[in-house]
Amino acid sequence: MSAQAAVQAAARQVRPVRDGVGLGLAVGVSGIAFGAAAVGSGLSTWQACALSLLAFTGASQFALAGVIATGGGLVAGTAGAVLLGSRNTLYGLRLAEILRPRGPGRLLAAVGVIDETTAVTLAQPDPDSARRGFTATFATLYLTWNLATLAGALGAGRLGSPQAFGLDVVGPAAFLALIYPRLRAGRTERLVALGGAAIALGTTTVLPVGVPVILAATAALVGALASPTAQQRSAV
Amino acid sequence: MTATWIAVLATAAGCYGLKLAGLTVPQRVLASPRVRRFAELVPVALLAALSAVQSATSGHGFDLDPARLAGLGSALVALVLRAPFLVVIVAAAGTAAALRAAGVS
Repeated sequence: MSAQAAVQAAARQVRPVRDGVGLGLAVGVSGIAFGAAAVGSGLSTWQACALSLLAFTGASQFALAGVIATGGGLVAGTAGAVLLGSRNTLYGLRLAEILRPRGPGRLLAAVGVIDETTAVTLAQPDPDSARRGFTATFATLYLTWNLATLAGALGAGRLGSPQAFGLDVVGPAAFLALIYPRLRAGRTERLVALGGAAIALGTTTVLPVGVPVILAATAALVGALASPTAQQRSAV
Repeated sequence: MTATWIAVLATAAGCYGLKLAGLTVPQRVLASPRVRRFAELVPVALLAALSAVQSATSGHGFDLDPARLAGLGSALVALVLRAPFLVVIVAAAGTAAALRAAGVS
C-alpha cells in the first residue's frame, strides 16, 4: 500500500467516528433542555429519564412533554408523539440496506435509528465507514442525551420557574430548527408546513389538545398527492 | 401506575416499535413514490403544527405571550443566519428570559 493510500484508508476509518462523536456531543447536550422542559411540564425526573432511555427520539419526547404541559389528553398526546416517531421507520428502511443488522444486533440498532445517526450513516462512502459512523453517533448521542436529560431534570427544580428561563420556547424553537433544512429544500415542504400549522391552530379551540397536531398530517397527505413524484420529475 | 407513566411507557414502546419496524419491514412497502413522499412530508407538517400550537396557544385557547413569540422570532433569525441547533435554542430561550426579566410578560 502506498503512503497516500494508507493515509486515505486511515481517513476513511477516522472520519465517520469523528463526525459521529462531534454530532453526538453537540446534539446530546440539548438533552438538558429536554430534561428541564419535561420537569417543567409536570413529568417526574424518572419519567423524563425513561423517555430518553427508551423512546430516545427528541421530537416525540418534546411532543409528549408539550401536551402534558398544556394539560392535554394523554391518549392524544401519546398518539401524536408516536406519530412523530414514524419518520424513524423510514430511516430504518434505508439503514437496513446499509447496515444489514441481524438477530439481537438488530434489536439494539433499532434504538439508534434517529435523524442524527441516519445523517452520519448516509454520508459515508462505504458500508464499513457507514457502520462505524452509525455506532459512533449512536453511542455518543445516547450517553450524552441521557446524562444531559438527568442533569436538566435535576437542575430545573432548583432554578425556579421554567418560564423565567424561557424554557417554554425551547420546544417550539427546537421543532422549527429540526424542520428548517427541509423548509429550505422545497416549496411543497414550505406549503405543507404552513398548512399543517394552519390546520392545527384552526382546530385548537374545538378539538381535544393534541388532536389538532395529528390532524395536521392531512397537509402532508395533500402535499404528497399534489406534488409531482421524483419519478415524474425525472421523466420531464 | 399513574396515567402519566402509562403515557410515557406507551410512547417509548411505540417509538421503539416504529424504529424496529423500519429495520424489519420488506423494502417493497415504500415502492410507491406517493407513499414515500407522504412519509417524507409527515414530520414537516407535524413539527410545524407543534411549533405553532406551543407558541400561540394554551389549552383550548390562543395565548399570545410577547416574550415567547419574541423568543421564537430570535430562533428564526438564528436559523436564517445558519446557526447550529444549540445556538438556535439558546437564542430563543435567552430572548424570552431576558424580556421576562425586563418585565415583559
